[in-house]
Amino acid sequence: MSSTAKPVLIENVSLAGQVKTNLLIVDGEIAEAQGSPIDAPADAIRIDATGLIALPGLVDLHTHLREPGREDAETIESGSRSAARGGFTAIHAMANTTPVADSAGVVEQVWSRGREVGLVDVYPVGAVTVGLGGTQLSEMGAMAMSRARVRVFSDDGKCVSDPVIMRRALEYVKTFGGVIAQHSQDPRLTEGAQMHEGIVSAELGLTGWPAVAEESIIARDVLLTEHVGSRLHVCHVSTAGSVDIIRWAKARGINVTAEVMPHHLLLTDESVRGYDARFKVNPPLRTQADVDAVRAGLADGTIDIIATDHAPHPDEDKDCEWGAAAMGMIGLETALGIVQKAMVDTGLMNWSQVALRMSHLPAVIGGVAEAHGLNLDKGEAANITLVDPSAPWLVDPAKTASRSNNSPFGGIELPGRAVTTFLRGTPTYLDERFEGLFA
Amino acid sequence: MRHLLTTAGLAREDAIRILDTAAQMAATQERETRKLPTLRGKTVVNLFFEDSTRTRISFEAAAKRLSADVINFSAKGSSVSKGESLKDTALTLQAMGADAVVVRHWASGAAERLATSGWVHGSVLNAGDGTHQHPTQALLDAYTIRKHLVESPDGAGLDGLRVAIVGDVLHSRVAGSNGYLLTTLGAKVSVVAPPTLLPVGITARPELEVFYTLDEALDAHEFDAIMMLRVQRERMTGAAFFPSPEEYTRMYGLDAARMARLPEQAIIMHPGPMNRGLEISAEAADAPNSVIVEQVANGVAVRMAALYLLLAGEEAAE
Repeated sequence: MSSTAKPVLIENVSLAGQVKTNLLIVDGEIAEAQGSPIDAPADAIRIDATGLIALPGLVDLHTHLREPGREDAETIESGSRSAARGGFTAIHAMANTTPVADSAGVVEQVWSRGREVGLVDVYPVGAVTVGLGGTQLSEMGAMAMSRARVRVFSDDGKCVSDPVIMRRALEYVKTFGGVIAQHSQDPRLTEGAQMHEGIVSAELGLTGWPAVAEESIIARDVLLTEHVGSRLHVCHVSTAGSVDIIRWAKARGINVTAEVMPHHLLLTDESVRGYDARFKVNPPLRTQADVDAVRAGLADGTIDIIATDHAPHPDEDKDCEWGAAAMGMIGLETALGIVQKAMVDTGLMNWSQVALRMSHLPAVIGGVAEAHGLNLDKGEAANITLVDPSAPWLVDPAKTASRSNNSPFGGIELPGRAVTTFLRGTPTYLDERFEGLFA
Repeated sequence: MRHLLTTAGLAREDAIRILDTAAQMAATQERETRKLPTLRGKTVVNLFFEDSTRTRISFEAAAKRLSADVINFSAKGSSVSKGESLKDTALTLQAMGADAVVVRHWASGAAERLATSGWVHGSVLNAGDGTHQHPTQALLDAYTIRKHLVESPDGAGLDGLRVAIVGDVLHSRVAGSNGYLLTTLGAKVSVVAPPTLLPVGITARPELEVFYTLDEALDAHEFDAIMMLRVQRERMTGAAFFPSPEEYTRMYGLDAARMARLPEQAIIMHPGPMNRGLEISAEAADAPNSVIVEQVANGVAVRMAALYLLLAGEEAAE
């Protein structure tokens, strides 16, 4: 992507879907933001953004980049490119790499490689326990003090199921204002689990992943969080019962936040019929009642944010029998369109809530709010995503910038998408209509 | 019919056509020369990712009696071993020119995946996939029930008959297939199992009546057939599906006393292999109204019918 030292003038853009405004970017910052015409320098590149919506650059709290270790599935570079295309300016890279990001050395490597690539800010998530083993706390302090400044800790992919280890982790991260992002899955209740346990799993003969395995861990964790006075973030909430428990915990004043994945806003376990492993994901696709509940929870703020759980897998791990397939789906490039389809076009959320739940709050929870998720005001860093909400497109997984194409949304029409992403004033993604401008 | 993958959604007339064809096949097996020339020149591959000598030889006998060439392909591997992928094996078979693939696999849905993935072009016959379906077993069970309990079986269903399926319904592909097929054919099906061995979603299937003990079921109905499912020993320890084999036998075993409570015409069935003394006592297994050995013979006829209808069916059906 060409970088430009030239000023950029974005004209007639709708700020979070509301006020018409003009934005002038100079030296990576928003130099002017006003409704009246801006007297831009003569060499400024002008973007006619009529019909487009400006959001603060999106922030993903839950991305799997696979580097180091599984560069065949994704690299920090390919994942960053996919993120920029999806409208993201910052992503949090989960710790389940090989080696696991459980030491200052690994998180610094991921962080510095992210900076080298320079398409999004890559914030490494540190593992809670050594090797995701669930038994010994990793050196979270060292990771927090490292150049990567880790604030989010997670064994994602595995649950910190031992209540004592979870308690200690919650206590320990208070030292540096960290948060434990829990993958809530009781391991004993989900041994061999292949899909949501219910009517469909009974028909398909697939071992069930009961909702209670998620809900019981969330219930335990919010109580532990209250007891030790710490902060908990619940990853990928997928069930109606989980929403109820988190709503209860928040009403009680417990410091808990939660995220939902785009696929849990749109798909149900009915998709598993046919055994197409692109629909295999953890936590699994649930029922329509659960979809309705997580949508309602997101709309009323019980669920704070949308995160992608972008989980690339190579073909051979998906183009196989269901039982042998890996769990997970890519999602950086489809997240915004799905949120529009499931939440905005249904009237459950407006665009300023999209800005809140896909940019501002993920930045706050992730501890990067000094750099991301800020209002598009004069003087702030120019991290901006332009969205075309009236550009229907058919998802074609083969065209993703990710190294993997395991999207379950192939052939689905989404109503809109990101068309331009700026990271500190530099365009990191431009769709065809704007490409020429920066040539 | 292009494939036989599941009994869910199998139309009643198609099921009856298979049973009627099986009856014709069985009749030919009474003749001096049992081999038919019907599938001469066709290749049937038995693709077994899981050990099952009984099912494999049943399919092998069926294909050979129809004069098909049979290739046995055993690709045993554990569920975690990626050494032998279904896709690569399927592509190999396709290259060899298989007209039909009979597949047994540890993964639920493997047969459907094989049929819909484009990896093979021939017919796919599900010989048991994980804990999902085993359609030819259900068809041979239906055939056996019809033969014994329906006065003029040709063209008939199982209307009005009442069948009990007893045991590990959760993990049983036999129960999975029978639940659909027997109700499609008009039978009333009761499933009998401890709640730990029933799928959570089973209550959403109004066509199946559920009992938690065998005695309650025997009190409630006069069963025409009782099908005892095999208890897999690995289910007993660790996973805690039930406390002990002794307790299971006390509550769910078919013994002489319970057998005596069945109506006189009732038949006793088991898909095999049996655990004598666990889910079925020796008296019940060897009783005059036990049809367990006959089920095996009927299996060959039903599999002949299935192969015939899949591979030669179009000319034959009209």
